Amino acid sequence: MLHELRTQLDNKEVSSVELTQQYLQRIKERDEELNAYVLTTEGYALELAKQADAVIAEGEATTFTGIPYALKDVFCVEGIETTACSNILKGYVPPYTATSVERITGGVLLGKTNTDEFTMGASTETSAFGVTKNPYDTTRVAGGSSGGSAAAVAAELAPFAMGTDTGGSIRQPAAFCGVVGLRPTYGRVSRYGVVSMASSLDTIGPITATVHDMALVMKEISGQDDYDATTPDVPVENYVEKLDQPIDGMTIGIPKEYFEVEGLDVDMRKHIEGVIKEIEKLPVTIKEVSLPHTKYAIPTYYTIAPSEVSSNMSRYDGIKYGFRAHGVEDLMDIYKQSRAQGFGDEVKRRIMIGTHALSSGYYDAYYDKAMRVRTLIRQDFIDAYKEVDVLLAPVTPTTAFVVGEKANDPIQMYLEDVFLAPASLAGVPGLSVPCGKLNDLPVGIQIIGPQWSEGILLQLGQAIENIYN
Amino acid sequence: MKLSREEVLKIAELARIQLSDDEVEKFATELSTILDYVEQLNEVDTDAVPPTSQVTGLENRMREDEVTYQFSREDMLESAIETAEDHLKVKAVFSDEN
Repeated sequence: MLHELRTQLDNKEVSSVELTQQYLQRIKERDEELNAYVLTTEGYALELAKQADAVIAEGEATTFTGIPYALKDVFCVEGIETTACSNILKGYVPPYTATSVERITGGVLLGKTNTDEFTMGASTETSAFGVTKNPYDTTRVAGGSSGGSAAAVAAELAPFAMGTDTGGSIRQPAAFCGVVGLRPTYGRVSRYGVVSMASSLDTIGPITATVHDMALVMKEISGQDDYDATTPDVPVENYVEKLDQPIDGMTIGIPKEYFEVEGLDVDMRKHIEGVIKEIEKLPVTIKEVSLPHTKYAIPTYYTIAPSEVSSNMSRYDGIKYGFRAHGVEDLMDIYKQSRAQGFGDEVKRRIMIGTHALSSGYYDAYYDKAMRVRTLIRQDFIDAYKEVDVLLAPVTPTTAFVVGEKANDPIQMYLEDVFLAPASLAGVPGLSVPCGKLNDLPVGIQIIGPQWSEGILLQLGQAIENIYN
Repeated sequence: MKLSREEVLKIAELARIQLSDDEVEKFATELSTILDYVEQLNEVDTDAVPPTSQVTGLENRMREDEVTYQFSREDMLESAIETAEDHLKVKAVFSDEN
């Protein structure tokens, strides 16, 4: 899709201003129902589009010149309100731009998309702006936390959008909305300028309509950044060229524990097994493997992530920027009241769980214990990749659930991450690719590879896309 | 095991979040459920296992100590909640008793 838009723009079949107006018009018509966007940046977008048209006229266009896109509302752009969909950040206008956004050079920002508050959730129901509806069935959630970005791409309200994935927040909504979502290797894409949730787990990735688009975007945004010290100097492959290479001889592992998970819907299991049968027809070898610590991923994740959350959220204190409670007595009251009124319940739960897990007397029992189990979960993947090139797994236990179904049960919502948290903890990449429908709702399959294997994931992703297109 | 009222209030105090009476009750139940759930990690023998706090394998990344860019005072104050004479304005930190 991005490739076609590039050609149309370069051939002057359409101008960037026209293309941008078409998308803004579609947003106006469709988004009242979906609530994918929390902010549209119409004036800014048209200004960028005009500049892009001038660059195109000069014959100086590069990959993104004049192409519209959307950003999850955790990406800072100088001069554009960034709220993380939290009341505590409403009105915050950052004085700088995220590295990943800088690398979408010449792109036209249509607006900011909905997310669970500070990306904490799997349905966008914790957003201060309300839930995003699934374009395939508006009684259902689009998933989360990058639900706004996934719904926007699925409903063609943006050609592509950026998201973040800490414990599954790109892969799950991509699967629910029938689009492509990649959680890159931790450290592949700079986190500079993106609102932090859990710093040892946070990753930045695109949500796109096709695997080819994913390769294009990843090629541009990946790589070392002086402003993010956790981006190693690992060369970035030409992911687009990689797509043309044959997958012959690839060994694909099926982690048996993933199919023994309680809560994996019977029909979903059958569907995924059917997909694996289709993939078996390709010139690849399929092999069962074991990741024995899989069942501990959710309790490990929901100890480590809240601990890091409690630390990262301490910066929201009502002092420097964001929201400050009114009518308070003293400095301590500013902190306590601003945070009480500014944060929603899920954020408060995670801050308190993390505060407890890190507090004197409990650190060893909770946080240190979870960090040790994390080592074992990571080792499971390292051992599996001695036998296979990549792993294939479900993305979600069910298709998109009904709005409200899990909103009042934190543990049920956490179990949404059951197939997603293990790769997050191991720091390895996971690609969610559409693989047909179940009762008219999209299903995704997850390809999980070793660190820095994005190229191979995209190759296999392309092969799967070819089957289901 | 359910957290007591006092335990929840202590956590909230450390986290600098004011809770109403109803919230103390609500979070006591919810936090206890979550803590009970994560305690299943105790089944795993980790005595000989080192902790993992990061996955990149990177150690300190050094660079020359040179200023490469900076924000202007004006730009930074732009996003401030309350200002007075080019400074952030907050409640008094010291009282007469200090």
